[in-house]
Amino acid sequence: MTEPLLEVKGLKTYFFTDRGIACAVDDVSFSIEPGRTLAIVGESGCGKSVTSLSVMRLIPTPPGRITAGEILFNGTDLLKVSEKRMRSIRGNQISMIFQEPMTSLNPVFRVREQISEVLKLHQKMGKAEALDKAVDLLRQVGIPSPESRVHDYPHQMSGGMRQRVMIAMALACDPRLIIADEPTTALDVTIQAQILELMDNLRDNTGAAILLITHDLGVVAETAEHVVVMYAGRVVEEAEVKDLFNDPLHPYTRGLMRSIPGTSAETDRSRLEAIPGVVPSLLNLPRGCKFNERCRHAFDRCLEAEPGLLAPKTGHLVRCWLFEDKEGE
Amino acid sequence: MTRRDNPDKLVVLKGIRKYYPVKEGGLIGEKSAVKAVDGVDLDIHRGETLGLVGESGCGKSTLGRVILRLEPPTQGEIYFDGEDVLAMSSNQMHGLRRRMQIIFQDPYSSLNPRQTVGGIIGEGLLIHKVGTKSERTERVRHIMEVVGLRPEYINRYPHEFSGGQRQRIGVGRALALQPELIICDEPVSALDVSIQAQVINLLMDLQEEFHLTYLFVSHDLSVVRHISDRVAVMYLGRLVELADKRELYDNPLHPYTRALLEAAPVPNANVVKNRKGLTGDMPSPLSPPPGCHFHTRCPHVMDRCREKVPAFQEHKPRHWVRCFLYSDKTA
Amino acid sequence: MTTTAAEQPGQAPRGAAEKSRSPLWEALLRLRKNKIAMAGLVIISLFLIMALFSPWIAPHDPLEQSLYDKLQPPVWEETGTWTYPLGTDDFGRDLLSRIIYGSRISMLVGVVAVTISLFFGTLAGAVAGFYGGIIDNIIMRLMDILLAFPSILLAIVIVAFLGPSLENAMIAIGVVSIPRYARIVRGSVLEEYSKDYVQSARALGARDTRLIFVHILPNCLAPLIVQTTLGFASAILEAAALSFLGLGAQPPTPEWGAMLANGRALILRAWWAVTFPGVMILCAVLGFNLLGDGLRDALDPRLRE
Repeated sequence: MTEPLLEVKGLKTYFFTDRGIACAVDDVSFSIEPGRTLAIVGESGCGKSVTSLSVMRLIPTPPGRITAGEILFNGTDLLKVSEKRMRSIRGNQISMIFQEPMTSLNPVFRVREQISEVLKLHQKMGKAEALDKAVDLLRQVGIPSPESRVHDYPHQMSGGMRQRVMIAMALACDPRLIIADEPTTALDVTIQAQILELMDNLRDNTGAAILLITHDLGVVAETAEHVVVMYAGRVVEEAEVKDLFNDPLHPYTRGLMRSIPGTSAETDRSRLEAIPGVVPSLLNLPRGCKFNERCRHAFDRCLEAEPGLLAPKTGHLVRCWLFEDKEGE
Repeated sequence: MTRRDNPDKLVVLKGIRKYYPVKEGGLIGEKSAVKAVDGVDLDIHRGETLGLVGESGCGKSTLGRVILRLEPPTQGEIYFDGEDVLAMSSNQMHGLRRRMQIIFQDPYSSLNPRQTVGGIIGEGLLIHKVGTKSERTERVRHIMEVVGLRPEYINRYPHEFSGGQRQRIGVGRALALQPELIICDEPVSALDVSIQAQVINLLMDLQEEFHLTYLFVSHDLSVVRHISDRVAVMYLGRLVELADKRELYDNPLHPYTRALLEAAPVPNANVVKNRKGLTGDMPSPLSPPPGCHFHTRCPHVMDRCREKVPAFQEHKPRHWVRCFLYSDKTA
Repeated sequence: MTTTAAEQPGQAPRGAAEKSRSPLWEALLRLRKNKIAMAGLVIISLFLIMALFSPWIAPHDPLEQSLYDKLQPPVWEETGTWTYPLGTDDFGRDLLSRIIYGSRISMLVGVVAVTISLFFGTLAGAVAGFYGGIIDNIIMRLMDILLAFPSILLAIVIVAFLGPSLENAMIAIGVVSIPRYARIVRGSVLEEYSKDYVQSARALGARDTRLIFVHILPNCLAPLIVQTTLGFASAILEAAALSFLGLGAQPPTPEWGAMLANGRALILRAWWAVTFPGVMILCAVLGFNLLGDGLRDALDPRLRE
């Protein structure tokens, strides 16, 4: 196995509010190898977006703060470098694609200016050179007639095109890691398919790694190789994608998969097996396993102590007392 | 004749068009319009769930609002239980409102932040002067229980609830007047997957208990597949396919329907994706392509498609499609 | 009941143990934490107390003249006495008493002027925003005409037309500010109208009046509250300006602006006659501005954390 490009170890990001401390990310660890796609999947409030923002050190401080952990990027701990150095990494070696193409692009600047900005900043390109590269990038992301579209304003483009522009900007400096936070959630299904395919191709061509944040298990199944499932700020399961879908272990993961219509072999219009209850408030997490209020298998141990990450199968981690005795089978 | 062959039609739509005029810049500019709905004929059968799928800009939400007369159609006829809706006086319309309701997508903007839950759910009862005040309160509490909310929270405000609970409030509001038809406009799209399942189950239970008819508008094919009896597909203001649920998903005819079904990500890691997706972007509803709207992206486009609009025809029993690939082969 | 027990939402809404609060109330609680806004509130309260209890607080009758005691300096100066703590003006009237009674007038001006602008502005804005079309056009062009004039100039014209008096000054100031409120309300109405909850009310059968008064207007309160508070401040300033020009409060009324005008000639001989009324204006306006800014922050639609 190759050296991991990104290694997150024991990351803790807390938000200190008047109403208490919200442990948005609590002891999260994972690693990504070059050229691979890792997906972090979970529902709203699970901490997946905060994790990605923590890697980029874009957490608003106050009220947030990364209180513990290491983020090793090519061996360097990003939590220990200066802000100046971090700025030279952002957009350059690690770039980010956001969810809302409507608001991620500045409406008063033309596309060419927004892409050139990144190039001038990190690669010190001149205006003409940056323009050429911008056109080239637009071509790479599949925008037709890039020579003319490069002069457009964002509002002149459709949602799918804007997202492609975002991807072009993310690629501009040939990053080693691309963080994509719900990149297709706001797009139509047919456009989503195009964007996902584009991202896969670009990853294969450039050798960059992708950290994909999403709530959509379908997207995960199609694009990721390795998956981390998060709930209430913690990693509850981690596995290779085939393993996860063929044999989900954690009750939450299983509940999620059963909640999706069309996944199980159900008869017409049967009831879905919904996970009862709601996600607990981060300010008021239950004692023991954070999923215990909603878990049908919960027993005494679950209410008292939080399980660690166990490995009942090689390469498949799960945070659940049900697997305590099965470690290493 | 089985009921399927002669269904009781609760809603009949004929030639519905909804155009939004757009002012042109210049003095001599031609007035153009956004053709949100461009000629829809559709029946909704009593007791069924008719799924309406399509991507953004296809007009499905607009159609729902037009049926409810929240917006007047530019052209066309609407019949509810046999009566001509557009010919109704405002008093008659006021009465009709009790029979059809709507559930919106966004659990945040669909509830008045200054109204209590009780006020929201009971508003319809208040407007139509149903019962005395205490009778209304009783009824609201009962509805809250039915939709899975604790009646003690009747005086709380929307911001104190989660997204899923707010949607339940929206469902309760729609139910209060005991309507026959409920337009569900993307009711679960803004919710987390696990909450979606709860609300979908709720909607299905309620349909059974109260004999409701649903028009279920959504872009999520798997949800529509689960809940619908029949499914209609819209593209840029027109219906392109309509069939029983099983038939549509097993034998999609229209190239757009096929592309939609292929594009939808499936949570199954063993399936190898056929990545022959649709190229190009959705054309703007401001200037839709001539002829068949889909021809710019269609892998089977023929010359005819660029000039003429195919008719919506019943290619197989109860399976309608708007495509020249099938016009000559109608059974 | 159709939902199974397992599907009852397990979690109470947040803060189930606390009392349920309307969004407006929650905003006020947020306001309490803003120290600067609270300072403004304290200042305003002081003025309010001063205005309400003037007859009991003021040591003298504000109109009582004592030519023997003309131009007495404040108590801390050499020849000052405690009888007239802040000194006297050129008619021997106690400055402190006049300032205290002046707060009555300023508060009254604020209330009357703001009420006029608020009432007519909201009416105009709501009708324009709700009905749109040609009604919207007519109303907003009328507003534009009003806005085209510098407000103080317009106020002067109105007062000149009606005759110089404090009452007419209040009316003039009120009228001049109507467009500001109209615009705010119109903008809010347009924004709220497009929201689903208004459409839902229409689907339930709500008629126009219910839509406007129950649904739309209550949700337009936030910017209105801010504008009202800040409007108070500008009303006080404008009243002072008009009185300064002789078009508002007429002598011997102890209005701060009029006192400024009166004291202008005395700047070199009796600085106190000018300074203290000026400081009062400053403090009152400051108080309302601080509170207004605090309200704006507290009412910011960042209600979702």
